[in-house]
Amino acid sequence: MTLLYTEVEEELRAAVRDLLAAKCSPAAVLGSVESGAPYDADLWKALARDVGAAGLLIPEELGGAASHEGGASAREAAVVLEELGRAVAPVPYLSSAVLATQALLTAGGDVAEELLTRLAAGEATAALAVSFAASPYALPSPAATLGEDGTVTGTVTGVIGAEAADVLLVPVRLPGSGRQGTGLCAVETSPAGREAVRVTPVTSLDLTRPIATVSFGSAPARVVATTDGPTDSTRAPWVREALTRGAGLLASEQLGVAEWCLTTTVAYVKERRQFARPVGSFQAVKHRLADLWLEVAGARAAARNAAARLAEASTAGPLGDEAVAVAVAVAVAQAHCGAVAVRAAEECVQLHGGIGMTWEHPAHLYLKRAKADQIALGTPGDHREALAGPAGLPAPA
Amino acid sequence: MTWDEAAVAEHARAFLAEHDPAAMDRLEFLRARFDAGLAWVHFPEGLGGLGASRDLQAVADRELKGTPDNQPGRIGIGLGMAAPTILAFGTEEQKRRFLRPLWTGEEVWCQLFSEPGAGSDLATLATRAVREGDEWVVDGQKVWTSSAHTARWAILVARTDPDVPKHRGLTYFVCDMHAPGVEVRPLRQITGEAEFNEVFLTGVRLPDALRLGEVGDGWRVAQTTLMNERVAIGGTPSRRTMMGVVAETWRSRPELRTHDLHQRLLRLWVDSEVMRLTAVRLREQLAAGHPGPEGSGMKLAFARLHQELSGLEVELLREDGLAYDDWTFRRPDKVDFVGREAGYRYLRAKGNSIEGGTSEILRNIIAERVLGLPAEPRADKDVAWKDLPR
Repeated sequence: MTLLYTEVEEELRAAVRDLLAAKCSPAAVLGSVESGAPYDADLWKALARDVGAAGLLIPEELGGAASHEGGASAREAAVVLEELGRAVAPVPYLSSAVLATQALLTAGGDVAEELLTRLAAGEATAALAVSFAASPYALPSPAATLGEDGTVTGTVTGVIGAEAADVLLVPVRLPGSGRQGTGLCAVETSPAGREAVRVTPVTSLDLTRPIATVSFGSAPARVVATTDGPTDSTRAPWVREALTRGAGLLASEQLGVAEWCLTTTVAYVKERRQFARPVGSFQAVKHRLADLWLEVAGARAAARNAAARLAEASTAGPLGDEAVAVAVAVAVAQAHCGAVAVRAAEECVQLHGGIGMTWEHPAHLYLKRAKADQIALGTPGDHREALAGPAGLPAPA
Repeated sequence: MTWDEAAVAEHARAFLAEHDPAAMDRLEFLRARFDAGLAWVHFPEGLGGLGASRDLQAVADRELKGTPDNQPGRIGIGLGMAAPTILAFGTEEQKRRFLRPLWTGEEVWCQLFSEPGAGSDLATLATRAVREGDEWVVDGQKVWTSSAHTARWAILVARTDPDVPKHRGLTYFVCDMHAPGVEVRPLRQITGEAEFNEVFLTGVRLPDALRLGEVGDGWRVAQTTLMNERVAIGGTPSRRTMMGVVAETWRSRPELRTHDLHQRLLRLWVDSEVMRLTAVRLREQLAAGHPGPEGSGMKLAFARLHQELSGLEVELLREDGLAYDDWTFRRPDKVDFVGREAGYRYLRAKGNSIEGGTSEILRNIIAERVLGLPAEPRADKDVAWKDLPR
């Protein structure tokens, strides 16, 4: 296991960075955020299909790139997320290629494999209909119900990537008065399902990855997986695994956000002059940036560690013996990187002075992404609390 | 030959087969280990090493586990600072004379750098060395010198040319601590003990053969020492960590736990883990042959973490935190940041952000050398040292 980047990972990074440089400049992102189309479909198609980023977690047998013998893994997906974070790219990568993909990988079965094949090929985009604010340590009970007729009804709030999704994966309560249990259903949004699925955009803090409310009204669905047990206490593994592994990989996106903020701020304070000298020559400014650099260096180590641990764990889960090491790596990465991205974006706004407060400068896109990411998939505080057990630091009685 | 893990292990086992530590004098054993190249395997052959990769030292140490060691805590300045500088800048004769007794611990080393008037601005130091024939006559005062009272030798930076700007007029020497005119006085610190000393140099005569590097090149030589010092303070993994010490207190005293302290402790646990991972990544970069700039930041992170953790422990202890183990004016022969009791650890940690480069200076280094930010305007750059405002 290494915390450095391999040559293959650097090549993948270069491919993603070239694509984003050509099609996703900060000015272009800023221009598109108010266009009404929250996701850039052309960019997503190029990333998913041409670069092959959609299939990095999906096994080779299903048309993806993942394998345990030198194939892709969470490490590569993490590198893609770093670059997407650096560009605050409006693509449904995290929602489709990480969260929905991971839910399907964990669920397994024929329906999951059929869907994964479509996702790997870039033919379809999926979203996991679970609130982006859900914590892997306090799983929400399903907000939707599977009817006896095989249709899904219910409303889920705070969902990312729903507008771009062809398939919505929705956790459901199972039908039957005497039966307890939960399931995961796949609902196609078009063309048949269009009438029965309503995706309502919510005016969102994060302009480049908005949330939406998804309502199902007797929507035709396929059952991906089910599990028995009382609804309120069941920890459906597909949701838990998706949120846990998603949280581990989100750390790499946060690293990318933080790196852009640091690099951009350093460049700006070298140029900007006040009192007849660059503001970056004042120690009050230099010391803040040195501290931030150190935090970003720590974020890179923590995010790489989480990605490497996830890559070594079996792709499907539930996790085996390595579970504790993976859980610690994920929680440490989230507890640290979530806060570092916010701090970097806040420093970016502050050290840009007035221009950092304008709509015209892209700094606010990063601040909004960083702040939303801090809440996503467990707050830093949630992840710290989850470490009390593994660290052997029990709470007060 | 090219050394790999198996070859080093085999070499160490062969050495042990011929040198039974139980049947030998401790020093004889250490000298033999040095001569076998098993002292520091990355040093050249004949100087205690094998010319092998630095990470193979762990293999030698593992094979020789349980044999007499050189008490590294007692000779840290020699091992961590003097030795790499002598290796980089010493003459063949100097390397042969000094490195063996340095490593075996027969000769303790100390460092004569800081002065009352030259701390962060080390290059402005005022201790003079004036050439008289084949000798240098040294006059001045040094401070914060650990081990001066046990040291046989010192690494010394002195001003040999006051007529040029400050960085250019310095020369690096090995100072004989037994020479007439060297006076060592203990310097009591906030912990109550005197881990450090003041050293007064009055007409100390050093032969030119004790000069390390060229006349006027002392600043460059000193950089090697300082770089190694920061690595020694911040980058070395230790068995007992401050986090481990505080966690032990937390576990053994459940009645002292509060929610506020729990939140803060978990935060520091994450910080410790992030620092550990950063150090792991740094070592990987070094092993891969491209050292990253993370090294400059490790000591900064280490100092902050030590201070916050040790402060939290005293607070956690409540009434026990009101007590202190011992204010006696003592001279310890080694330093242990995580030793003694919570009050000592708290006070000693205050030095971590001052010694070996203050955290403020380290932030300047990161800002200027890593991030490429412009230096502050400087009044002293092109002015002869003797003309600087004082």
